[in-house]
Amino acid sequence: MSAARVCGSSRFGLGLLALLLAAGPALADSSLPAADYANTQLRDPAKEARARDLMGTLRCLVCQGQSIADSDAEMAGDMRSLVRKRILAGESPDTVRKSLIASYGDYVSYDPPFSWLTAPLWLMPLILIGLGAWLARGSFTRRRR
Amino acid sequence: MRRGHEAAGMKRGILWLPLAGFALVLVLIVYALFWPADRTVKSAMVGKPLPAFSVAPMLPGRPGLSNTMFADGTPRLLNIFASWCIPCIAEAPMLLRLKKMGVPIDALAIRDTPVAIRAFLERNGDPYRRIGDDRQSAVQLALGSSGVPETFVIDGKGRIVLQHVGDIREDDIPEILAALEQAK
Repeated sequence: MSAARVCGSSRFGLGLLALLLAAGPALADSSLPAADYANTQLRDPAKEARARDLMGTLRCLVCQGQSIADSDAEMAGDMRSLVRKRILAGESPDTVRKSLIASYGDYVSYDPPFSWLTAPLWLMPLILIGLGAWLARGSFTRRRR
Repeated sequence: MRRGHEAAGMKRGILWLPLAGFALVLVLIVYALFWPADRTVKSAMVGKPLPAFSVAPMLPGRPGLSNTMFADGTPRLLNIFASWCIPCIAEAPMLLRLKKMGVPIDALAIRDTPVAIRAFLERNGDPYRRIGDDRQSAVQLALGSSGVPETFVIDGKGRIVLQHVGDIREDDIPEILAALEQAK
């Protein structure tokens, strides 16, 4: 019985060790250098400005709360590279955005189009401002009395 | 008199408003805790033909990959993998099993080098017919894939019929085989 217990505890220890090993930092990035233009500006300042504006409104897909302009993720670098190369080739920011939306859906863009699905997103600020004005009006009239 | 009553009633109603707000937040939290939102990034390309691409071979002696190669009448898998990707190691035996069942598997290697890929295949087995070199993830981005590994089922006309995000596990195989069967 005690042997069984010892065995059980050593198995527990092994399990713990395995967990610790699994919890170690995983290699989630390649060892290749960043893509061209991932961290290099375009020479033409007008094009760079256009690319930068676009990158600020594209979602990084592996760090979903960030734009690709803000993210250090490798995939965000690859997306910046794609954006800059296509802007450099003379494409408009709008076509680049549209082609990414074709691959990933509206999700990839931080500039959602107006639709039934996104209507609350666009209308909620107006509704909230209206509600706030109504509440403020109530408290102002009370104070006047 | 009546108006005063009504106003008092409304005031009492308003008194409950914060509690109602709190209850609403609580319901939202419980919902998000027990039924978390699906954060998988799904490709919008499913159901559409493959985007036009052509990439160089990753290994000498084995062809690279282009979208036109998929329109030869046989459904197959397009696996997106990398030697630096740990779930890809877990997935390797499943891909080998699919290969043994006669499923053709083509691959895109993301941000990789021939040396690393050869070592990866030697260690984990080699289920691939063709391996394309997608050095800067350009094809991956066109496919609407957001990581490694991912697997697309492509029909005989080069149309994407299924996207599997993450490593293929034992219990994913029936779904993939069914999609391949349907794509015939």
